[in-house]
Amino acid sequence: MSSNGIKIAIVGGGLAGLAAALKIAEAGHEVDLISVVPVKRSHSVCAQGGINGAVNTKGEGDSPAKHLDDTVYGGDFLANQPPVQRMTDMAPEIIYLFDRMGVPFSRTKEGLLDFRRFGGTLHHRTAFAGASTGQQLLYALDEQVRKFEVTGKVRKFEGWEMLSLVMDDHQVCRGLIAMNLQTLELKAFKADAVIMATGGPGLVFGKSTNSQTCTGSAVSAAYQQGARYANGEFIQVHPTSIPGEDKLRLMSESARGEGGRVWVPKNRGDKRKPQDIPTGERWYFLEEKYPAYGNLVPRDIATREIFQVCLDGFGVGGENQVFLDLTHVPAETLTRKLGAILEIYEMFVGDDPRYVPMRIFPGVHYSMGGLWVDFEQRTNVPGLLAAGECDYSIHGANRLGANSLLSCVYGGFVAAPAAMEYAKNVERGETETNGIYDAELKRQQEINDSIIKSEGGENQYKLHEEMGKWMTDNVTVVRYNDKLKATDEKLVELQDRLKRISINDSNLWATQAVPHARQLKNMLELARVITLGALNRNESRGAHYKPEFPDRNDDEYMKTTVAEYSAEAPVFSYEAIDVSIVEPRKRDYSSGKKASAAAGTELKPKNREETRPRDPDNKEEFEEAKEK
Amino acid sequence: MSTNGHIEKKRLETPPAKFKLKIQRREKEGAPVSWDTFELPYRRNLNVISALMDVRKEPVTIEGKATTPPVWDMSCLEQVCGICTMVIDGTVRQSCSALIDDLLLASGSDTVTLQPMSKFPNVRDLKVDRTKMFDHLKQVHAWVELDGSHSLGPGPAISNEVAQERYALSRCMTCGCCLEACPQYGDDNYIGPQAIAQARLFNMHPVGKTDIDERLNGLMGEDGITNCGNAQNCVQVCPMSVPLTKAIYETNRDITVNALFGWLKK
Repeated sequence: MSSNGIKIAIVGGGLAGLAAALKIAEAGHEVDLISVVPVKRSHSVCAQGGINGAVNTKGEGDSPAKHLDDTVYGGDFLANQPPVQRMTDMAPEIIYLFDRMGVPFSRTKEGLLDFRRFGGTLHHRTAFAGASTGQQLLYALDEQVRKFEVTGKVRKFEGWEMLSLVMDDHQVCRGLIAMNLQTLELKAFKADAVIMATGGPGLVFGKSTNSQTCTGSAVSAAYQQGARYANGEFIQVHPTSIPGEDKLRLMSESARGEGGRVWVPKNRGDKRKPQDIPTGERWYFLEEKYPAYGNLVPRDIATREIFQVCLDGFGVGGENQVFLDLTHVPAETLTRKLGAILEIYEMFVGDDPRYVPMRIFPGVHYSMGGLWVDFEQRTNVPGLLAAGECDYSIHGANRLGANSLLSCVYGGFVAAPAAMEYAKNVERGETETNGIYDAELKRQQEINDSIIKSEGGENQYKLHEEMGKWMTDNVTVVRYNDKLKATDEKLVELQDRLKRISINDSNLWATQAVPHARQLKNMLELARVITLGALNRNESRGAHYKPEFPDRNDDEYMKTTVAEYSAEAPVFSYEAIDVSIVEPRKRDYSSGKKASAAAGTELKPKNREETRPRDPDNKEEFEEAKEK
Repeated sequence: MSTNGHIEKKRLETPPAKFKLKIQRREKEGAPVSWDTFELPYRRNLNVISALMDVRKEPVTIEGKATTPPVWDMSCLEQVCGICTMVIDGTVRQSCSALIDDLLLASGSDTVTLQPMSKFPNVRDLKVDRTKMFDHLKQVHAWVELDGSHSLGPGPAISNEVAQERYALSRCMTCGCCLEACPQYGDDNYIGPQAIAQARLFNMHPVGKTDIDERLNGLMGEDGITNCGNAQNCVQVCPMSVPLTKAIYETNRDITVNALFGWLKK
């Protein structure tokens, strides 16, 4: 196949970046893959529970249409629906593809793919490989891309961090500047198109469930160069994390998918060991309030309930923690289905969750917001695309569990052909654009030089901690306008103090001080987008909850928040969303009977019937595929 | 001990107010080694990473000397990315899952000692370069050959037993513990358990099996499988409990069988 000389630069080697790289290399084109860590160590490894796809192997009448409905309903009607539909339609074939790559998915007795239940749905829709599905999917793509590395189609630049885009005079993206984290060497990567696949910005909140590489720094750089950032205020706080000194470790939703029950003692401050508290004296508050979904209500709801229970003084031992109890499930089953995550708990806390209920509390987990993209994953900057957690397109106001791995692969698979299509048609103008790379290199080198010289006495790690604390205290589960305003003022103060840091490192070889200072500057910009976006949105929707405005307000706010950079403060505008497939309805998970009654569809509001895919042919294809 | 066989974890009975972190320093590859010791306040759930983060915020040694912040690699902090591996009190492991309490309890001392892995180029302080491990994966052809990533329906049916066995092999996070602990690994005379186990992972797959020759060829040279000395250190240090020695045994068997058939084919 003729390559036609197309080169695409991909920033980030997690699931989305590798998915895109695979498609481009397979089409015979060249990829420069830039990643801060060896791609096999990307944050996708942390995804535990599984990947959603309505394969309907359990004969529950599941379908991509129901998956679509669960996703947009769970997202509280903030997502544009056409890309969600395309994703849920593509989901079964994505799972099959990973199956063919040799991912060791858990199997049924018949040797077929096994599926488990996850939050926000009544169906067994989640394929899984033990409790480390993200690790296994990432490895499969890593292996496939390594094959193209051997043939020279993919060049990896691991240990390089993107600093900025290279834009020409017409504001077209022509490549990027990255820094070698060992030598601090800067290099220009010329490309016909750039795909951002850099993941989320969890470190903006200091401690989160994210990896230390999830700074959002590269995305923020693109935003500061004119890329729009959408729905920044929608930050998912996962209901079950393990509080730690260095991070909040995730306790996967699959723990509840496999029967885990959340409870607190009915008596405030009960000092007994959890095993010694009789059932009658335990308050299973999620099951009581949401009989149909029980412990598997969507994450934003579970998070708020746990938060409230602790606020009301029912937290275990009077602290901010509740029990997540698996001890009623046979130890052997737990080891087989959840071994990896139970080991994590035991390793870090010291108790064995097979015998002792876990103590958990909500922790910042995922950003539904990200770079604005159209339905082909293209940002507003020509030549710049985005995929995965760093784009805003799929999850609306709240993401359902096991939809993230899916959206990463989907995003990569859509961005890749869109990037190639763009690259085929773009005017190269090689000679007249040469100067732009040198100019941008020089600009970035000057930023490095000024950081290295800076001697103001402030400690950047302490500034980071301060930002994280303010963001966690005021811009997570419950949001008040006065506190949001105060947080933004604090962020502006931190931006000022950041100009006066000392890097404390005389040895610049492999120093982490210079990259961190740059990341922190970029994180502060994103923090303002998140905080001010939340301040401006006077309603409650999905993960965004304001007691002063407790209801969803579709008339004013069923719109995408769009932030554009200006030196003063982000400039906000609002964009209508496409709800042409599933008619918006009130989100209510409290009605309906227990899921075990197997009543399936009747638990849903009536207009569920309206949620068929627009292309019935597609649906039949899946029905066929499923029977094979 | 509780009634259901669960053993409660031992913790320090009288935790100290402070403890020491002794860190091996090196400015860059080839530079001389030196040591810095830092004193830090003890907290019950402190791990090595949190302790290093504390040092980074105030890099002043126990002698009161201001120094550079130590450099180390970290990412997931959940022992699944493998990047933060180092030698802690003489044992190779991930620093995220090494709890200070456990380390002090095990050593009975007031000091935790950190060193970089010795089998890889030492970039700076505790940071090493493990590029070689990813090159090993190329050498053993560690992937399934696909006709393409377009839609072709599901993969072959596989029994849950085989899936579970492959899952155990597939959990390898390329951390390098097995290579660090292996007495044979070094000087390119042995590829090491990591890559052999990955070859086995794909040789066990119904489709991957079709390329078994290529995978075994990658293991049959001087720098392949032959120099395994069966010390079995690898399985003992593997944080993911990958059945490494079993994979080595089975791969050796495959090579023998393959060599025999190859001979007969000629």
